[in-house]
Amino acid sequence: MTVIAPGRHGQPRGFVPLALGVPAVLGLAVLVVPLTALVGRVDGATLWGDITSPAAVSALGLSLVTGALATLVCIVLGIPLALWIARSGPRLAGVLRAFVTVPLVLPPMVGGVALLFLLGRNGWLGQWLAVVGVRLPFTTAAVVIAQTFVALPFLVLAVEGALRATGTGYEQAAAALGAGRWRILWRITLPLAAPGLIAGTVLCFARAIGEFGATALFAGNAPGVTQTMPLAIYTAFNGAGVSQGTAVALSLLLLVTALAVLLAVRAWRPGATR
Amino acid sequence: MAPGGDPVSGATLEAHVVVRREGFVLDAEISASAGEIVAVMGPSGAGKSTLVSVIAGLLAITEGRVHVAGEVVSSPRVQLAPQRRGVVLLGQDPHLFPHLSARDNVAFGVRVSAGEGRAAGRVERRSRAERALAEVGLSGIGHRRPAELSGGQQQRVALARALATEPRVLLLDEPFTALDPVTVADIRRTLAERVRAAGCTTVFVTHDVVDAVAVADRLVVLEAGRVSQQGAVREVLTAPATDFVAALAGVNRVAGRVEDGVWGAGVLRLRAAGVRDGDAVALIPIGAVRLESEGSGASEGEAAGAGAAEPVRAAGTATWTARVERIEATPAGARVYTASPPVVCELTVAQMLAAETAEGDAVRLSVDAADVRIVAS
Repeated sequence: MTVIAPGRHGQPRGFVPLALGVPAVLGLAVLVVPLTALVGRVDGATLWGDITSPAAVSALGLSLVTGALATLVCIVLGIPLALWIARSGPRLAGVLRAFVTVPLVLPPMVGGVALLFLLGRNGWLGQWLAVVGVRLPFTTAAVVIAQTFVALPFLVLAVEGALRATGTGYEQAAAALGAGRWRILWRITLPLAAPGLIAGTVLCFARAIGEFGATALFAGNAPGVTQTMPLAIYTAFNGAGVSQGTAVALSLLLLVTALAVLLAVRAWRPGATR
Repeated sequence: MAPGGDPVSGATLEAHVVVRREGFVLDAEISASAGEIVAVMGPSGAGKSTLVSVIAGLLAITEGRVHVAGEVVSSPRVQLAPQRRGVVLLGQDPHLFPHLSARDNVAFGVRVSAGEGRAAGRVERRSRAERALAEVGLSGIGHRRPAELSGGQQQRVALARALATEPRVLLLDEPFTALDPVTVADIRRTLAERVRAAGCTTVFVTHDVVDAVAVADRLVVLEAGRVSQQGAVREVLTAPATDFVAALAGVNRVAGRVEDGVWGAGVLRLRAAGVRDGDAVALIPIGAVRLESEGSGASEGEAAGAGAAEPVRAAGTATWTARVERIEATPAGARVYTASPPVVCELTVAQMLAAETAEGDAVRLSVDAADVRIVAS
């Protein structure tokens, strides 16, 4: 006998084949089990010392600061780009979206190499920057640039999706009521896209603080200057004479930071009623 | 137009709108004097929504011109932005901003004179919004979000918001279509009252003739992209020039010919004094046509006249026999379509049960000659 049990909120749970539960649970396991294995390897005796070591604190601080700066840059550049794509015809939008997606599918290391060729000492732009005394590679600024490069697509695609879903009907209504373009942007367009904006910002920040490949190549691994958490973990894991325990402890710290950000955003919902 | 000497915010509207798209041409002229309410009616696809979209500035014009208060706002070369026209469009979807409360939705539209400071402006906007909500019968719900309002309430908020901008021209594009009939009757009264009080020039696209009768001064009928008839609402509905308008007015518009002072179509003959010979239409109100089923009420039938096929004129009443082609249910009963000549009459549920008429039956129809108008065509 088939009983359709109502969901927790009284709605029926739908008509999905129950057998799909098996791959669903496996999928969750693929994501969660490795992380539990990581947590299982934590050495309680040295944990506190490892995560409060000057190297760890400096790496975490650098990660948070550069991640926040990269996210800010992504917001300033990404929202206008998302608006452009969302309000373009299907053809142009498709092309623009493809360009935005490229960094997503490239190994980040390739991004790092590309940034070196552009901004390195002999790069297209780099040689001119060198003339005026600006050197970008292997500086903290390079970390932010690398993070922006890999994180921007996440923000743009999330915001663009939200803008497209909302459509232009409300903007049209606002225009007919006499509102100018800036007023429509601040009062109507952006608030209506807020869910996508927040999701995009969180993903963007998470991607930025997790960035490794592009940073390693373009910014290097100088403690205190360009050594972010992922680089610190890598160094600890491969480094001669350093225990793997340090790497595990730092990984745990990064994991907790990411979880904290995600949970904080879930708890804060703008405009309570949806 | 505005009662009690209220200031008239409305501007004159003169529009000659030509829009060409594949397979469709709209070529319509419409005008309204300051404060006038003009209803626009027409079958689906006649171009009503296109017309108001052009006037609102949401759609480009192919040819022609739209003047508001004598100023060109649309032409093939000029297209003034929607926010600079002083024209507000209220459609079927109220498009209330979902993230703002009802009060803030209305406040968004409130015009505040430039002299006031920002903070004072905000307070002024809010109190004006509260007042505007009260005027459309929505006191005390200003804090609610659109999702918490019924469809009728949402449309009221949208109306308040549109009027709060003190528009020169208000465009209504079937704003009641999505609402239930009881709600519509109520909101229609509010709309007529508020629009009159505001004194804004209004173009009211509707498919319900009651809207035109209850709210508008003038009626413009749009068919296949052209104006087929226009004039005072009463005038248009009492002298329908097309089948569409006749259907709106609830009038049979029967094409026939006048010969020697007698109009004829099929078996029906009517005296047509003063109408010159030639093609002419008879306008027979649907409500004026009486129906008896053939055979029932035999005594009355015989009193009226024996020869069933022959039209009979007795005491100013025309009686004829016709075959029922089709019966359509209506909310109040049924509509009976008969052939040669094509005449429609309406029965209440009780009359329908008494008449026991079915499709294919012969029925006897009669109409008082005094109810019929014959117009040369």
